[in-house]
Amino acid sequence: MALLQSGNVALLDQLRAVVRAGDLLTEPEDLIPYGFDGTAAMKHAATCVVTPRSVEEVAAIVKIAGAAGAPIVTRGSGTGLSGGSIPVEGGIVLCLVNMDEIIELDPANLTILCETGVITKAIDDAAHPHGLFYPPDPGSMKISTIGGNVANNSGGLRGLKYGVTRDYVMGMEVVLPSGEVVWLGSKCVKDVAGYSMKDLFVGSEGTLGIITKVLLKLVPRPKARRTLLASFDSMEAAARTVSQIIEKQIIPCTLEFLDRKTCGCVEDYAKVGLPTEAAAVVLMESDGPESVVEEEGNAMAAIAEANGAIKVEKAKDDAHATRLATARRTAFSALARIRPTTILEDVTVPRSRLVEIVSYVEEVGKKHRLEIATFGHFGDGNVHPTILTDETDKEEMERVEHALSDIFDKTIELGGTITGEHGVGLAKKPFLARQFSEASYQLLKQVKMALDPTGLLNPGKIFDLPENKTS
Amino acid sequence: MSEAGPLTPLKYLGDLDYSVLQQCMHCGMCLPACPTYLETKKERNSPRGRIALMRSIADGDLKVTKEFGEEMYYCLGCLACTTACPAGVNYPQLFENARAEVEYHGVLFNPERRFWRWLTLDQLFSKPWMLRAVGRLLWIYQVSGLCWLVRKSGLLWLAPKNLRELEPTTPVIQRHFSDALIEEREAPATSKYRVGLLTGCVQDLIFSNVNRATADVLLENGCEVTTPRSQGCCGSLHAHNGDLDQATERARALLDRFDLATLDAIITNAAGCGSHLKHFSNLLKSDPDYSDRATEWDRKVKDISEWLVEIDFRKPEKTRGGESVTATYHEACHLCHGQGISSQPRDVLRAIPGLELVELENATHCCGSAGIYNITQPEQAGKLQKEKVACVQKTGASLVATANPGCHLQIQNGLGESAEVVHPVSLLAEAYRNEKHS
Repeated sequence: MALLQSGNVALLDQLRAVVRAGDLLTEPEDLIPYGFDGTAAMKHAATCVVTPRSVEEVAAIVKIAGAAGAPIVTRGSGTGLSGGSIPVEGGIVLCLVNMDEIIELDPANLTILCETGVITKAIDDAAHPHGLFYPPDPGSMKISTIGGNVANNSGGLRGLKYGVTRDYVMGMEVVLPSGEVVWLGSKCVKDVAGYSMKDLFVGSEGTLGIITKVLLKLVPRPKARRTLLASFDSMEAAARTVSQIIEKQIIPCTLEFLDRKTCGCVEDYAKVGLPTEAAAVVLMESDGPESVVEEEGNAMAAIAEANGAIKVEKAKDDAHATRLATARRTAFSALARIRPTTILEDVTVPRSRLVEIVSYVEEVGKKHRLEIATFGHFGDGNVHPTILTDETDKEEMERVEHALSDIFDKTIELGGTITGEHGVGLAKKPFLARQFSEASYQLLKQVKMALDPTGLLNPGKIFDLPENKTS
Repeated sequence: MSEAGPLTPLKYLGDLDYSVLQQCMHCGMCLPACPTYLETKKERNSPRGRIALMRSIADGDLKVTKEFGEEMYYCLGCLACTTACPAGVNYPQLFENARAEVEYHGVLFNPERRFWRWLTLDQLFSKPWMLRAVGRLLWIYQVSGLCWLVRKSGLLWLAPKNLRELEPTTPVIQRHFSDALIEEREAPATSKYRVGLLTGCVQDLIFSNVNRATADVLLENGCEVTTPRSQGCCGSLHAHNGDLDQATERARALLDRFDLATLDAIITNAAGCGSHLKHFSNLLKSDPDYSDRATEWDRKVKDISEWLVEIDFRKPEKTRGGESVTATYHEACHLCHGQGISSQPRDVLRAIPGLELVELENATHCCGSAGIYNITQPEQAGKLQKEKVACVQKTGASLVATANPGCHLQIQNGLGESAEVVHPVSLLAEAYRNEKHS
């Protein structure tokens, strides 16, 4: 507990002076629950947690930390899946959940301005009564903060049609490592004044600045949706269906798949009536005007049938649609209860290579004697190989490491990326250099060095700098 | 104060199968479901935070401290987290073992707390005759005018503060307890099933009429009802409050009262009891004399709504001139989260002629009763009660149906005269009665 030793008692006193009573946590019972995020098998003890309520407090904390040389790890609700918000030795955990005000919804410009501790779902809930829509829907949207989404450029189920978090960020307020507060971007649809600095901070994982406000784009809310569930006896048949749907210029909002192993686990757990011989199940959803979704729904069903689907079910009403979506919604739950530890990956390949990566993952499971199931976003080429294991079994965890390494290598070979939506954090850090040329890997570090030369913010995440004093 | 020393070994969290602790993957999906996390936004007040603390204790990284003890008692035990959990963490088991560990280490010890625990857990709720005797005295206090006199005279100001605040919320004791209202064996004209009826403890004193109604609907549906005398508390109160030894003793006592082999089901109408009663095998797994019977027992315990739907209960016929009424349904935590029973009580309500069921916003949110939480944590309980009352008022319903005595009292106290709280089975019994009178 470096921070709490000798001179650092003064640091705690300084922090205490800038935040309200109760917003600085130092007792072990308070700190232990901040030692992890949503990532499996990773933790590090926090030495203090501070929960500021204004940008002024954040700026003051950054200045105090900078003067004391104590690193800062920023976090929201701690649902991240790459270890990005795990505390660092002797560091301050800066938790933004108390900065949760929606400041302005502007229906004339279709924007919403909010503090970054606002829950993702609350943004869409606020947009709804105005007939507006905030599409990015990461799995944790009921509790994840928008700040965490922006810092990790989170995806979700609607990526194919609606894009990811970055596509909705128009502006932001950022506290720099110096403690200065800057505003980047604007409400303008077109804005090319200078570098697109806001884009540098999207997906920066808290290593460049602390995002305290964000201005987001909203879109008109789709009036109707059609849901279909199709089962196939091979992943290839499912893939052909998906390709032909997109060739027909239908862009569904959801195009999700489950592999054979996931189908089996889902059926055991939720009894949703998937055919036992199903090797791939695809959930398709089209949204938009009533007449369009009807037509697209019929077209997608016809394409699935033409490709030899074992079963195609079209939702008759909302309740039926919910039932059909159950197979995909329960996929993770069904897998997570099988073994004590569930490792969720998010490799992504060009859509046309999806079948190859899914069958490769199956092979890897056999090779390393591991239980691996895969589900994910077909339309985005974003797959979630899910390893079911036990972190207390050292020998098995070694095999997990080998399997991950194999999967990452194959992904890169296929022209893919080791992380599509979770971020690098700590979990992918050892593999990042493989995906980059030396020059492009160094460029990442140069950006970090330019903005945060002393390594104050989230040091040791994404990559290591030789200068990192604390990791 | 007896802070646990480093040498005090763990008794409950240490013995627990580690995989139960490990099953939590700290994804955070429980956070938006947890009333105490939503109140404070501090991780320690969340389910995954509490599990992290329990795990630290099991790992030897944290001692059983007063802070830990207070945290375990700040948890409502509403189990909303278990419904939200994608990984199927057995939170009830963790929570009961953690509280038992807290009690074993005595970290919350003070003489006043010790006295109340002794009076309630060791005496009143362990000795059926004593609970009934106290119930009878309370009834005399309430009906004799003494209660009125005490309230008017200002004598209450002599009582300790927390007793003074609780006195007006004291539930009204029934004139007759269950044994006086229900024969030990009652049979319908033709029997299709044989069931045992649990009368409970609080239910027996305050809602013996609900027990009678339960027996009535069972008889209407071809069930022969056996109701053993002087059953007493099932031990759920003990288990939820860190006294697993007494809870085990109560479980044995209750098992001894029923001839399980001759019964198709054991019926309970109190959600808090039901969610405990269905897990006797956990308590008795290392007792060779009881473990098999406990497993059979777990299988046979049914909530009354669950059982009625299972046997396809008879829908009462419409009667002439019956008035229509708007009702809403509050889901007791230990029914929806604890037992996964959500549609069946609604099926019962929808079967009642002239009753229009309107959905309650946040129907599955805890009302703050949570066993004795409203007594131990009145502030947080009060906030939840207010939220619940506001939701009920939005529906405009004149009846609120709910299937747990704690919720019943908590919501009725919050609503005052504006709406009436009732058990679904009481409404069904009434509808059957109306058929005969029309």
